[in-house]
Amino acid sequence: MKTDYSFQPARINATRAQQLRAEVEAFHNEYCAVLDTNNVELWPNFFTEDGLYRITSRENADLGLLVGLVYAEGRNMMHDRAVAIGRTQMFAPRHTLHLVSNIRIVDEANGVIEAEANFLLVQTLIEGPSTVHLAGKYYDRFVREGDRLLLKERQVIHDTEILATDLVYPV
Amino acid sequence: MYQSQTVIGQTVASKDPALDQCVWPEQGLDAIPDWVYTSQAVYDREMERIFQGDTWNYVALECEIPNAGDYKRSYVGAIPVVVARAEDGTVSVFENRCAHRGAEFCRSSQGNAKEFVCPYHQWSYTLKGDLQGVPFKRGVNKEGGMPRDFRNEDHGLRKLNVTALNGVIFASYSDKVEPIEEYLTPEILEDFKVVFPGKKLKLLGYYRNELPCNWKMYHENLKDPYHATLLHSFLVVFGLLVAGNKSMMFADSKHGRHGIMGSAKKDEIYASVSEETKKEMRSFSDELRLRDERFLDFVKEFNSPWSVTMTTIWPNLVVQREMNTLGVRQIIPNGPNSMIMQWTMFGYEDDTEEMLRHRLRQGNLMGPSGFLGLEDNEAMRFVQEGVRRSSTDVNIIKLDTGTIGTSNTLISEAAIRAMYQYYRGVMEL
Repeated sequence: MKTDYSFQPARINATRAQQLRAEVEAFHNEYCAVLDTNNVELWPNFFTEDGLYRITSRENADLGLLVGLVYAEGRNMMHDRAVAIGRTQMFAPRHTLHLVSNIRIVDEANGVIEAEANFLLVQTLIEGPSTVHLAGKYYDRFVREGDRLLLKERQVIHDTEILATDLVYPV
Repeated sequence: MYQSQTVIGQTVASKDPALDQCVWPEQGLDAIPDWVYTSQAVYDREMERIFQGDTWNYVALECEIPNAGDYKRSYVGAIPVVVARAEDGTVSVFENRCAHRGAEFCRSSQGNAKEFVCPYHQWSYTLKGDLQGVPFKRGVNKEGGMPRDFRNEDHGLRKLNVTALNGVIFASYSDKVEPIEEYLTPEILEDFKVVFPGKKLKLLGYYRNELPCNWKMYHENLKDPYHATLLHSFLVVFGLLVAGNKSMMFADSKHGRHGIMGSAKKDEIYASVSEETKKEMRSFSDELRLRDERFLDFVKEFNSPWSVTMTTIWPNLVVQREMNTLGVRQIIPNGPNSMIMQWTMFGYEDDTEEMLRHRLRQGNLMGPSGFLGLEDNEAMRFVQEGVRRSSTDVNIIKLDTGTIGTSNTLISEAAIRAMYQYYRGVMEL
C-alpha cells in the first residue's frame, strides 16, 4: 500500500503521458458514471481481483496512519460492501456527482501506471441543496487486463476534515 | 457543507423553551420531552452543569503525545483545549485561548513544540500553560508597557484538572470530582481495563464527522439495545447478529450515567434463526452470504465473555470494542442540534502485522462509512429533524417499563431511563 503522498515529479515523457491521460480519463468517466447512477454493485469490476481500495483523510495520510473509512483488500471485499450498501443498509436516499480533473500520469513501469487526479464529490439529499461532500485526490495504480485498465490500488485521500453525517457510497 | 441543516434550520419556538417552561411530562421516565434535544437554554445548562461540572471528560490517548513537547488539540464539552506533555513528562490540559485577547493560538491538530506562542501579539506560554513572555512588557524607551503590578503568574492559560488511567487522559473543570477509578464505578472500571489493560497502544488513525443531532442521542443509542437487530440490517441480513444472541445492557448502579452494551458472537459466522424470530425481523435473508469472511473473524484476545462491548462513559466518551476493531469516540457538543464525533482508532504496540491488517479490515464495520456506524448516524439525524419540526413533542420509552438501569432483556429502554433519572437530578429539570 502506498504510504508516501508527497509531490512526485512525473517520470514519463510528455507524449506517452498524453496518450495515457486520455485512457485514464476514459476510465474515470466510466467509473463515475457507474457510481453516479447508483450502480454500486458494478463498482468492484473496476478493480483487479486482489485490488486494494482505501478512503482516508489527508490528516491520516500525512501522519502515516493506516486506518480507512473504507478499507478493502480484494474485489470480494468490495463486492460485499457493494451488496451491503445496495441491498441491506438504511440511509436517506441521495444523488452523488463526481467531478474528476487534473489527471497526472506520474509513472509507467513494469506494466503499472501510476496516476493522480483531483475529485469533488457533490451530494444531494431529498429536498436538499447540492453540497460539496468530499474534496480530495485519487492516488491510483492501474494495470492492463486485455484492452482495459483496472485498478490495482486506489487510495482516496480527502482534504475534508469533517464529514457531514457520513459517507455512504464508494468514491 | 452543512446547508441541509440551514434549510431546515428553524426550530419552532415551542421546541426552544426557556428553562422555566421546561416541564417534564407526567409519564415521568417513560417519556422524554423534545425540548431536551432542542432547547438552547437546556443546552447551556448542560455545558455548565455536566461538561464543566463534576465529570471527567476524555481528551486524548497517551499514545498520541508520547514525547516531551508533544501536543494535540481537543475539547472539553464544546470548549477547545490543548493537551500537552511537558519536559518532566506530566500532561497538562488548558483552554486554547490566549489570556491576552482571546485568540485560539494552537492551530495544528497535533505536533511538537517547546512553547506555545500566540501569533497575534506573541505572548508565550510553557507546555504547562504558564505565561512566560510578554513582548515589550516594560514598554519602549520607558514608555508604555504593562503596569508595574502585572505578574505573569496571574495571567496563565485557564488550566483544567488532569488524570490518566492506563493510557487514557481525562480532564475536568471541577475540583471536587472523585478520582477516575471511583468515577467509573467498579463494573465499568473492570470493562475499561479489558481494552486498556495498561499495555501500549498503537494509534491507527482518525475519523471525524458532524452529526446533526443532540449529543445525548448518541448516549441513548448505545443504551438502546432494541435498535441493534432492527436498524442494523447488514448484521441481520447476513445473519451475523440476531435477537437471541447472548447479550447484556448494563447501567452503572451508582448513578446510571455510564453503560455497557455487550453481546457474544456465536462461533459459527451465520446465525440460525427460528421461524418465529424471522417474522419480527423483516430484513433477514437466508440467501445472502459474504464472499470474503475474513473481516468477521474474531480473534479472542480478551478475557471477557463478550465479543462486542460499547461502553458509554459520561459525558463524552464511547469505548468501542467491536470484536477486534478498537476505538474511542469523543462526543463534542455543538449546540442543541449538532454534535461532532471524533473517532480515534487503535491497536496494540505488540500486534503482529497480520493482526494490524485484521483490525483495519474489521474497521469497515464502524466509523462514518461503517456498516453499522453509518446507520446510527442516519437514524439520529432523522430523529433530530423529527423532533425539531413536528407539533407533537414527546418520545415514548416504555419498553420494559418499571425497570430503571440494567435489564435482563434487549427489548428494553431501562438504561435510557436510568440516564435520564440521573440527568434530571443534575439539571434540576
